Amino acid sequence: MSHADASPLSVVTGTGMGRRLVLAALAGAAADLAGVALIASAAWLITRAAEQPPLAALSVAIVAVRAFATTRGVFRYGERLAGHDVALRAQAGTRERLYRALIPAGPLPQRGADLLSRMVDDTDAVQDLLVRCLLPAAAALITGVAAVVIAGFLLPVAAVVLAAGLLVAGVLLPAGAAAAARRWSARIAPARADLAARVADLVHGAADLAAYGARDRALSAAMDADGRLSRLERGQARINAAALGLGMLTQGLTVVAVVLAAQAAGLDRVATAVAALTSLVAFEPALPLAAAGERFAGVVAALRRLRETAATPPAVREPADPAPAPEPPLTIEVDDLLVRHGERRPALNGVSLTLTPGRRVAVVGPSGAGKSTLLSALMRTVEIESGTIRLNGTDVRRLSSDDVRALVTGLTQDPYVFQATVADNLRLAGPQASTEEVEAAVRRARLDAWTERTGWDTVLGEDGRTVSGGQLQRLALARALLYDPPVLLLDEPAEALDEETADLLMADLLDATRGRTTVLVTHRLHGLEQVDEIVVLEGGRVTQRGTHADLVAVPGYYRDLWESEALTRRRG
Amino acid sequence: MHKDLLRLARAERGVRIHLACCLAAAVVAGLLVLVQAELLAGVLSGRFAVAALLPLALVVGCRGLLGWAQGVLAGRAATALKSALRRLLLGRVEGLGPAYRSGELVTLAGRGLDALDPYLTGYLPSVAVAGIVPLAVVVRLFVADLATAVIVVLTLPLIPIFGALVGWTTKTVTERQWRALSRLGGHFLDVVRGLPTLRAFGRARYQASVIREVAEAHRAATMRTLRVAFLSSLVLELVASLSLALVAVPVGLRLLSGSLDLRTALLVLLLAPEAYLPLRAMGTRFHAAMEGVAAADEAFAVINPPREAGHEAGPVAARTGAGRASRDGGPPEIRLEDVTVRYPGREETALDRVSLVIRPGERVAIVGPSGAGKSTLLHLLLGFVTPSEGRVLVDGTDLAGLDLDEWRRRLAFVPQRPHLFATSVADNIALGSAAGPAEIRAAAEAAQVAEFAGALPQGYDTPLGERGANLSAGQRQRVALARAFCRPAAQVLLLDEPTARLDGRSEAAIVEATRRLAEGRTAIIVAHRPAMIDLADRVVRLDGGALVGPVPAPSISTQGGEAR
Repeated sequence: MSHADASPLSVVTGTGMGRRLVLAALAGAAADLAGVALIASAAWLITRAAEQPPLAALSVAIVAVRAFATTRGVFRYGERLAGHDVALRAQAGTRERLYRALIPAGPLPQRGADLLSRMVDDTDAVQDLLVRCLLPAAAALITGVAAVVIAGFLLPVAAVVLAAGLLVAGVLLPAGAAAAARRWSARIAPARADLAARVADLVHGAADLAAYGARDRALSAAMDADGRLSRLERGQARINAAALGLGMLTQGLTVVAVVLAAQAAGLDRVATAVAALTSLVAFEPALPLAAAGERFAGVVAALRRLRETAATPPAVREPADPAPAPEPPLTIEVDDLLVRHGERRPALNGVSLTLTPGRRVAVVGPSGAGKSTLLSALMRTVEIESGTIRLNGTDVRRLSSDDVRALVTGLTQDPYVFQATVADNLRLAGPQASTEEVEAAVRRARLDAWTERTGWDTVLGEDGRTVSGGQLQRLALARALLYDPPVLLLDEPAEALDEETADLLMADLLDATRGRTTVLVTHRLHGLEQVDEIVVLEGGRVTQRGTHADLVAVPGYYRDLWESEALTRRRG
Repeated sequence: MHKDLLRLARAERGVRIHLACCLAAAVVAGLLVLVQAELLAGVLSGRFAVAALLPLALVVGCRGLLGWAQGVLAGRAATALKSALRRLLLGRVEGLGPAYRSGELVTLAGRGLDALDPYLTGYLPSVAVAGIVPLAVVVRLFVADLATAVIVVLTLPLIPIFGALVGWTTKTVTERQWRALSRLGGHFLDVVRGLPTLRAFGRARYQASVIREVAEAHRAATMRTLRVAFLSSLVLELVASLSLALVAVPVGLRLLSGSLDLRTALLVLLLAPEAYLPLRAMGTRFHAAMEGVAAADEAFAVINPPREAGHEAGPVAARTGAGRASRDGGPPEIRLEDVTVRYPGREETALDRVSLVIRPGERVAIVGPSGAGKSTLLHLLLGFVTPSEGRVLVDGTDLAGLDLDEWRRRLAFVPQRPHLFATSVADNIALGSAAGPAEIRAAAEAAQVAEFAGALPQGYDTPLGERGANLSAGQRQRVALARAFCRPAAQVLLLDEPTARLDGRSEAAIVEATRRLAEGRTAIIVAHRPAMIDLADRVVRLDGGALVGPVPAPSISTQGGEAR
């Protein structure tokens, strides 16, 4: 590992971030200090005026009141701007570093979409950490110290009382709130997951439940889970309410104690009023810290999850000193390959395959047989447990995985449509391609009618125009054809297409890949008489291999599938 | 308050009482600030003896207590309201049909409703306080010192006015910017989701710099907007603090001239900020509250969906028809007469004038390309969809007139992708039936679940993970078949490609189990593999929603004439 930066997710990195953070904290402290000073000077002005001194004695206080009143708002404005600026920068940096940590093929594809979006939500925690936790805490600390110093000048005992009160409200209560939040979320998270599972059962299993008349029971199970979660949430609300109430109590009692101490020490009226009102206002930045403490617990958990994600070891080990990438034309030799996902039985076991330039191999087999795993192994996105894959005689483990994928790639499982225009979605596979080349790839993927209708500049993806399964598949195919790798991988190119289009597409594909090194994973056997070799995978092992004519001649998976395809195929 | 939410809050006793008490606690705590200021001013001016500190401490204690009560009650009101909404949402699931974006509904009924918390626990109490406390403060100030009261009354409206003014001028820009910001999050999610695709085309590293550039551009744009948007809070802050200066300085000068006493002056100084504070507190909670309103809107859009005009087929709400099938003995005769099914929003028909008679005890295989309407045919018999034209007769009675629950009790359905519930294997098998352990065992034995259930860590009590993820496709299919075996009273078997996605061995097991299950029952099997099709007495071919080719059942006329 040669990561230069210590933690890929340290919150504040980058030039000038420290300075910006300090500036934001100072502006926040200045705003709070101006608030304290405003009240202190106003209290002094009023109580001193009551002693009816000459007007000149009050002029400084009058100016001070007006000055503090003006500056408070200005500083607050500065704090909010600087704080948001630094938070946005920190979040952008966190996202970029997280993304860079994810680039080496990790176990991400297996994760659900929910987990992925939660991970993205977690990067928002960095903003909260700064804007809602650290900056207010810094401002409260500086203000608290200043208020204690003011009180110390007036009466040391009052300063001690105030310091104690501020410690309770600004340190003890937030720490308690954070600890309680940690404990409660440890209890609430499973209750929430339980409710989510039951809701998911109710929604995703709606047909099963309706058919078996079991809906009412499932609904009441979900509402029971809701009841359990509600009880826990009410418990958490009680804790938070207690923190709030105790904060207000601490503030009030501290002021009472300061006045009591001042009276006992025989402090004059002016000093007593200043000490009392300073104490009262000094709590204002400290009181919200209890809620910040609660949020802090969530932020820490989010950052920990991000660190764990970023620290997930990559799926394949990169060589320290990669061998030079082989030059096309490529010969791929797969020998006795064994690949395993996690602890389970091997996904591929003893698979051998030779792909000489221009040769086309089709891989068929039931789902879960290891077809896609074979393609992943060829693309270096899963690690080889034993056996070898060689490109022109070089073991792929000695090559950088980027180099392997530059040579061996294509249409992968679960292709993705980005929230971008049709053109950009295609061009990501060929940023330098000419318009003619893009159009040719689109034509060969039989996507031209659709691009014509949709328009090249239409935005696709979640917020944009939806793409049907068949169009998505053809878009992915167009990408693969545009990228034009020396070895083309095609994972179920005709999946999700209607029969007619699928037949046409397969015919075109087999036409277009003639003389091109290709590995084709497919469910459809129509047209496979054209490929050089068909490999049947079942349970991770090669159970049959040969040409179409060889395989239909003998009983087995291939002939069964061929017969059932013939049976369900449209007639005429 | 949100209209629908208010109606719901009124209707739910738990919500109504707790919310009312919570708001009352917030207002009383706000009013106690007046008493606190009164006492503190009295003590500091020397008007009240030191002993007055005791009632002051009491008032402080009451405020703390009320603050606590407010939080507790708000928590109760919020959880009760969320539960009520959840119940309504989940009650709608069946009526929404399978086409509804189920993922969104799961999120909405789960985490989505939590957005209501800040609205109920923060915003609503602050609105109540802002409505009453400033008024009380102004009244007290009028009594204490007219000049101050006038200043406060004149400046107080500036807060909502400036707030609205600045908010209004920056609203569109700010909204655009917040949307852009959430799009930025969307962009990041988009790139992370598409990472495998980017990797496949060697574009993964390039996108890292794009992420940086996009974020930087958005930050710059956002900061430009914030500079204006935060002006509103600057103005509010300035109005509040300058008003304090406006009050304090003249009061000081009047003290100097002896026209005002110290206690009143201190009271004025303590009270004046309390007039502005509730309005500002309400303002700061506004944004979070709007997210709660958005969540409520989303929830009520599901609960009270806008009626579609000309809405034809599609999902059926729970129905309790009065009719009963004429006889309850053996399997019924099922007759489709010119049935056409159209899904809302789709032009092509899912089923197109299909006429078919299925005799009692007959085993019918339905074949055809994907999208031919095979599953729709099963859903039609299950009552999940209703015919747009034509009718389905069960022993001569229109299915539309039957009690659906009762009809479904006569069916056993094995869907193409059975859902496994997050409970034990046994409960998954017994779904909806009152079967005891022995019956469950027997069903599991028959569906060949027993052979793998024994190997599970806790046997039949093993909980199945989220969406039954820890069983293979073949095993899930067998659990679903066991469900059918667990209903010995079922007369009609509806199987939707039970051997799709299975390897040869699993397929043989399922076919064998199906053969036994179909004995003495009517079986309608959507199939595409020869072994399963061989089970059938008759093969029916569907294409483009219509029956095609001959229906080789010599004794039956598809005209629907003399089926008996």
